[in-house]
Amino acid sequence: MDGLEQLKSDWLSRIGAAQDEATLEDLRVAAIGKKGDISLRMRDLGAMSPQERQIAGPALNALKDEVTTAIAAKKAALGDAALDERLRAEWLDVTLPARHRRNGTIHPVSQVTEEVTAIFADMGFAVAEGPQIETDWHNFDALNIPGHHPARAEMDTFYTHRAPGDDRPPHVLRTHTSPVQIRYMEAHGAPTRVIAPGRVYRADYDQTHTPMFHQVEGLAIDRDISMANLKWVLEAFFSAYFGRTVKTRFRASHFPFTEPSAEVDIQCSWEGGTVKVGEGNDWLEVLGSGMVHPKVLQAGGIDPTQWQGFAFGMGIDRIAMLKYGIPDLRAFFDSDLRWLRHYGFSALQMPSVHAGV
Amino acid sequence: MKFTLSWLKDHLETTATVDEIVENLTDLGLEVEGVEDPAARLAPFTIARIQSAEQHPDADRLRVCMVETDEGMKQIVCGAPNARAGITVVLAKPGDYVPGIDTTLAVGKIRGVESHGMMASERELELSDEHGGIIELPSGSVGQKFTAWLAANDPAKVDPVIEIAITPNRQDALGIRGIARDLAARGLGRLKAHDPLPVAGRFPCPVTVSIDADTLDVAPHFAGRVIRGVKNGPSPRWLQDRLRAIGLRPISALVDVTNYFTYDMNRPLHVFDVDKMHGGLRVHRATGDETLLALDGKTYALRAGHTLISDAHGPESLAGIMGGEDTGCTEDTVTVFLESAWWDPVHTALTGRDLKIHSDARYRFERGVDPDYTLPGLEAATRMILDLCGGEPSDVVEAGTAPKTARSYSLDTRRVISLVGMDIPKAEQARILTSLGFSATGAGDTLEVWVPSWRRDVQGEADLVEEVARISSLTKLEPKPLPRATAGVPKPVLTPMQLRERMGRRTAAALGYNECVTYSFIDRAAAQLFGGGGDEVMLENPISADLSHMRPDLLPGLLRAASRNQARGMTDLALFEMGHVFHGGEPGQQHLQIAGLLVGHTGPRDPYGTRRAVDVYDIKADAEAVLAAMGAPAKVQILRGAPGWWHPGRHGVICLGPQKRLGIFGELHPKVLKAMDVKGPAMAFTLMPGDIPLPKTASASRGAVEMAGFQAVDRDFAFVVDAEVEAALLVNAAAGADKALIADVRVFDEFIGGSLGEGKKSIALSVRLQPRDRTLTEDDIETVAAKIVDKVQKASGGLLRG
Repeated sequence: MDGLEQLKSDWLSRIGAAQDEATLEDLRVAAIGKKGDISLRMRDLGAMSPQERQIAGPALNALKDEVTTAIAAKKAALGDAALDERLRAEWLDVTLPARHRRNGTIHPVSQVTEEVTAIFADMGFAVAEGPQIETDWHNFDALNIPGHHPARAEMDTFYTHRAPGDDRPPHVLRTHTSPVQIRYMEAHGAPTRVIAPGRVYRADYDQTHTPMFHQVEGLAIDRDISMANLKWVLEAFFSAYFGRTVKTRFRASHFPFTEPSAEVDIQCSWEGGTVKVGEGNDWLEVLGSGMVHPKVLQAGGIDPTQWQGFAFGMGIDRIAMLKYGIPDLRAFFDSDLRWLRHYGFSALQMPSVHAGV
Repeated sequence: MKFTLSWLKDHLETTATVDEIVENLTDLGLEVEGVEDPAARLAPFTIARIQSAEQHPDADRLRVCMVETDEGMKQIVCGAPNARAGITVVLAKPGDYVPGIDTTLAVGKIRGVESHGMMASERELELSDEHGGIIELPSGSVGQKFTAWLAANDPAKVDPVIEIAITPNRQDALGIRGIARDLAARGLGRLKAHDPLPVAGRFPCPVTVSIDADTLDVAPHFAGRVIRGVKNGPSPRWLQDRLRAIGLRPISALVDVTNYFTYDMNRPLHVFDVDKMHGGLRVHRATGDETLLALDGKTYALRAGHTLISDAHGPESLAGIMGGEDTGCTEDTVTVFLESAWWDPVHTALTGRDLKIHSDARYRFERGVDPDYTLPGLEAATRMILDLCGGEPSDVVEAGTAPKTARSYSLDTRRVISLVGMDIPKAEQARILTSLGFSATGAGDTLEVWVPSWRRDVQGEADLVEEVARISSLTKLEPKPLPRATAGVPKPVLTPMQLRERMGRRTAAALGYNECVTYSFIDRAAAQLFGGGGDEVMLENPISADLSHMRPDLLPGLLRAASRNQARGMTDLALFEMGHVFHGGEPGQQHLQIAGLLVGHTGPRDPYGTRRAVDVYDIKADAEAVLAAMGAPAKVQILRGAPGWWHPGRHGVICLGPQKRLGIFGELHPKVLKAMDVKGPAMAFTLMPGDIPLPKTASASRGAVEMAGFQAVDRDFAFVVDAEVEAALLVNAAAGADKALIADVRVFDEFIGGSLGEGKKSIALSVRLQPRDRTLTEDDIETVAAKIVDKVQKASGGLLRG
């Protein structure tokens, strides 16, 4: 078998020189295809003597293997080069903007309502709701505010129109969430723990007042609930809500529906013109509270000689402003997209006690 | 309610500082709203004496003074015309803040001459507007604190003024004595005695008084006396100072005395000029024909039932509210009738509200004035008038009697401890009540407590608990943990509806909508556009005409929000709100709604050409997603027939059966958009969470999943139908061809008109066949396909497109 070395170097150099996959395929067929150069030579092996064959066979096989390997390697190299070329051509300007995706937001009032709910739920408070158009009995009388009570005149109440001939007292837009206390007591009795967040209305509009705002009412009735428990619950709430220890100050006050009554201040500082809760030596009034008046328990169908408890009411918008540094109450209800985006919350930011509110 | 420290000390013997008093008042429930302590801003200044005053070498109007101070002789340049040797002056040193010129002094050079401080004028110390020269004191020694000198010589100038808020139950604290009583009970001093002795009359009262029988219920007690020969005129300085300090204008001695008792003892009084009266005074109800020119210069028309004080001439005073101009006292008054009466609080409040008069008298009578102090108050005021104006008092005349207020309640002292959560021993409870003027005695755990006449608000045991609690100090109350109602992990508290509300809201936000909270009231025109605006949901006293009717729907509020945003240049909007809307004016005639609004484009312009105007199918997708999140079944019907604010051809009513509507989606009517000033088109949905049926089972189990092991086959069909035929019809027909085998039917193309001809369209369906027990053969597929074609053609009247 002469010239195998020559043959080998021939083929290897032609393979090495191939510029594309088609040429390479032609070379493969020409070399090791059925009628290829090397294949034909292998066919000649049959005509050889066993001695010759013993030498020529392995040599030809080795040659075929070597050529096959070279073709495969060249093919891979050509493929890589082609891919590299394609990828070079596929360059994109990735600094172009992403396709637009709308980002929705949750309003601070909804977010804070859920935060408050999460914290009080952990302390065993259910959530109740009630009508926003209320009877004056539920909004006032049942809460120990008779018709002539000065507190009633001070409430800036909205009244609804009465048709001529309808001699009932006009209904009111509830001025506080407290009537939900009455409805909840009527429906559920004692013992009970419940909060009632919702819209309330007062005929007032200026820098710091809007004719509609949000309150959350709290009510806990049991055999021996005390004002000291109330103080603990509120301190626990404010500390959880603001995410830091917040001291409260109880000041004696007066509400017709609680007795004793207290206004509650939370610790804050006014340094630098902004309020910071949970530090400093100043106090900020945030809610009214007290022990439920026996007449209110009675109005709710609960025996005041057997049961006692506390109630409180605070402004949701107000504590939202305090926590999130929102300056203007009126903007809450203006729906300015810039405001909604800035102060809104992600849909997936669901408040929970374990993740933090 | 304002008062000064010295006035308080008329009633309270105390060594407490202003700070202590203020802190305790707030804690007691008499919330301090402001304190003005002139001594604080005058604290740095001392008294000095000018030794010599020489002409300044470089300034005509300036003098260089050598001043003797507590720190030795100082050189001070002064421009005051009265700066001269020998006078006693008030000195401000370098480093002192001078309030009237808002400056902290430093050693300065004035025209080349060093000056070590200044000598102050009254205006510079904010004592008055006087600025003609520096203060010259008639006495005082060098180095003495100026505040100490003022306290001794002109105490009103350093008298702190405290302003407190009075809750409606604390009528007693509308008199300074009541405030003093609270502080004494708290332990801040001793309440001084006040027990005015009667002044003997020197002659029978020439003015008769009477109360009509039908008026006694609201005017049970009317008393007074004449004082003749008085000399009215400006009241003395101390009285004027006090009235001015609390914001009242001194008028004349007689009037000032009545104002003084209003604030001092919560005892409003009135003075009539007898020489302008005609005959006796009669307390009676108005007939409704009377008018009265009151002391505020306004004429009031009375309604039948209002209580009046009249003489033979007619109405002279509005009982408990305001006197009449005709019989008012002036500088010339020499004979005065001093009235002290008790008027019913509720009646006074109603009259005052009717006439819209706000006066100190009304404010007090409607909260309750001490009925047992009517006569003592009359005597005390008589004494003061005699002191200030001289004159000769008549006997007291009286009609009716003081209403009886004596009452007692049992106080369970253990219950106080239980309610407050503070260990207050029985003896301390009794001490507190006694010091507030109650009498409290009793054996065991119970106290029998009699209420003093000035505490009209105390109407039961609970009020007594409040008295004990507030005097004991709620600031000192120690928090006590509220044990969990049940042990272990708290149970979930939200109801299925509350969860649904939360899911709907959060899904809408997740879909890219911004949540709005808009007012629950809108204007009538907007309400009417959305099926509301009736009188039953109208406010009687809206804050403005824009906010007059309870909203029947969330869309008008959202449209207004969209309009405002468009005006601000934000035109691509996705807004939603979740809240209650009102279908009637009775409590409970409200229901929850969630509404979404899409206006403008899907997004900003971009290089990829993806921006397009929002359309009905965008809003439909969002409506379906929100409904699904709130637990609506997947299979719903889309019907027509929405109310008029929707585009008649571009909306769908999402129903479970013909009667059960879950919501509406679609394009809003262009007329409505125009009326709401929104540049459209606008797409919207309104969904009713409360109408979605609750799941029948509460089980968390999902059941087994079905995942067939055999290859699914997709086959496409196109049908030519009339343009008005709805795709849902074709889809339902196709799906019904073999319910077991057909897993899904989807519309993947719609083509209208063109080669199909006018009024025709082609709908292309992709049907997925999912065998469960074997692989489908070509024959199987052909059989089903034929059934699908047959069913769809029959149902739609269309033809398979060749």
